[in-house]
Amino acid sequence: MKFAATLAFAVAALFGTATAQAQDNVVKIGVLTDMSSLYADIGGPGSVAAAKLAVEDFNPAAHGMKVEVVSADHQNKPDIGASIARQWFDVDHVDVIVDVPTSSVALAVSEVAREKNKAFLVSGAASSDLTGPKCSPNTIHWTYDTWMLANGTGKAVVKTGGDTWFFLTSDYAFGHALERDTAAVVKANGGKVLGHALHPINTSDFSSFLLQAQASKAKIIGLANAGGDTINAIKQGAEFGITKGGQHFAGLLVFISDVNALGLNTAQGLVLTSTWYWDMTDANRAFTKRWQVSLPGKFPTMVQAGVYSSVIHYLKAVAALKSAEDGRAVVAKMKEIPTDDPLFGKGVVRADGRKIHNAYLFEVKKPEESKYPGDDFKLRATIPADEAFRPLKDGGCPLVGG
Amino acid sequence: MFEIFGIPSQALFGQLLLGLINGSFYALLSLGLAVIFGMLNVINFTHGAQYMMGAFAAYLLLQHAGIGYWPALVIAPLLIGATGVVIERLFLRRLRKLDPLYGLMLTFGLALVIEGLFRNVYGSSGLPYQVPESLEGGRNLGFMFLPNYRAWVIVLSLAVCLATWYGIERTRLGSYLRAATENPVLVRAFGINVPRMVTLTYGFGVALAALAGVMAAPIYNVSPQMGSDLIIVVFAVVVIGGMGSIMGAIVTGFALGVVEGLTKVFFPEASNTVIFVIMAIVLLVRPAGLFGRTG
Repeated sequence: MKFAATLAFAVAALFGTATAQAQDNVVKIGVLTDMSSLYADIGGPGSVAAAKLAVEDFNPAAHGMKVEVVSADHQNKPDIGASIARQWFDVDHVDVIVDVPTSSVALAVSEVAREKNKAFLVSGAASSDLTGPKCSPNTIHWTYDTWMLANGTGKAVVKTGGDTWFFLTSDYAFGHALERDTAAVVKANGGKVLGHALHPINTSDFSSFLLQAQASKAKIIGLANAGGDTINAIKQGAEFGITKGGQHFAGLLVFISDVNALGLNTAQGLVLTSTWYWDMTDANRAFTKRWQVSLPGKFPTMVQAGVYSSVIHYLKAVAALKSAEDGRAVVAKMKEIPTDDPLFGKGVVRADGRKIHNAYLFEVKKPEESKYPGDDFKLRATIPADEAFRPLKDGGCPLVGG
Repeated sequence: MFEIFGIPSQALFGQLLLGLINGSFYALLSLGLAVIFGMLNVINFTHGAQYMMGAFAAYLLLQHAGIGYWPALVIAPLLIGATGVVIERLFLRRLRKLDPLYGLMLTFGLALVIEGLFRNVYGSSGLPYQVPESLEGGRNLGFMFLPNYRAWVIVLSLAVCLATWYGIERTRLGSYLRAATENPVLVRAFGINVPRMVTLTYGFGVALAALAGVMAAPIYNVSPQMGSDLIIVVFAVVVIGGMGSIMGAIVTGFALGVVEGLTKVFFPEASNTVIFVIMAIVLLVRPAGLFGRTG
């Protein structure tokens, strides 16, 4: 009897603290990202800075809310990412996780968020499966995905004559998805895929693979990889005379930080697709200036801008519901109200969790065209929002009623 | 052109040559490790970070002092070698009498600290460094296009490796060094300053890593994690060659570069594991390594 009473008391006490926490009205945002490895410049500390700016601009006090931002390093490992997510949701009362570069980690965190009924806003990860077969009522995929990259760069390159392709593909979920999506676009537009080489992630020497690509005589060498791998492939491609021999690189996922690491001399002429560029509008430039207070000398990537934009929209939805407790309800609200923020403009979140906005096809400038640091891209084409992403019906997301 | 196992001989020769080029980096790095282990009995896990520092030194010299590739090839190893001397004097010396594991822990920790510092200051995505103008372009060998810079890498690395081997195995100074590792007390009794020799040996091993770093700067991405990507492979090379064997490190470095290059042709997915498979087999059959002395 005594035991049962103690147990009941303990349960009551636990419940008590839980409800007390729920009523304290603090919305806690967890930025889960790569703080120390190859994607740290793409998301990392820059994503934390972007989230803080978003909170500042939202002005929680005016809505009678309190917002806190915390962050952690997932080291690009799905098990570490998932266990941090659990701890955040269970112990630290985090209401929403944002960013999460690396597709395999994002897919793991998405499962945890669904299980705990919290919200998850992906900016850094690329796999289009997040809004396809693996979609979740708790997850929104904000900035970009592999389908959109393939569609943007792939289509543009085939249309300008690059109709034979050879892929250098990073040998894990992301690389496979990117190659699959791009090959489909190339074929649909009348191009041909001549072959591919799978390379391990974090390869420092690409010369063997480049030689294979060279021997294939394909006009375009598609780089289905990211970060340091893309940089090394392009750098060594220049050395081996790939571009001088008439072959061209198509970087399927290239960030401004990668271009700066290559230098314009090596990167010039490279075509890439992005949903955001810091030097496009006055609002973007103003944001960049404020962001650079925390990261002097660097330029925000689309991933970091996406973190800002997704946090603003999330807070709007929470303000409308007056609660962040039910993650599914907040995500439903985010789908219901149209998005509008200084960086991505007006847009919508689709039923499958896909955020819809314009995408842009850029070309990297020649060194002599670049007037100031960060002046790296010129706009080649704008892909309107309704064409930029995979049509709702093609994704195979179970949330989309047929 | 004829074919070997369904691969045109042309492609095969190309890959063999590329393997040799990669092997020259392995050889240069494992040589430094072997020298340090042979003389100090320290497993220098900071080696990757010191290689990275060499590449960064080349970049910084160019950015802030306008010093180009050629002078950097000498200055950067001297600078980084000097930091090695400081590390030996401040830390490693105190561990001389302890188990080698302590040295391993210390150098591993140092590597993490150094990489973290560089990442904080320069970010993780890397910095640009161009191939020196006089080595731009390349020549067509018939079976492949060989960039001039890669040809230079292979020549320089071979020269440095052989000179080091000669210095340690065939000269009077080298014989002092070898004697000091066998019996430091006796060598001191002959009036030779053994502690200073040990310090300089560590500095030299570090300078070799920095030299490899400068050589890598124009072709690999100069980033804080460039060393940690490579160091594990290089350790495998040293283990296969036989810990502390100078010639073993050199020959194994080049040979494994070739094996890795061939794997990239026949089964690219295995290219980053093949070296470890070989390591496992060598450890089973000859635990002291291919060139190591048993007993």
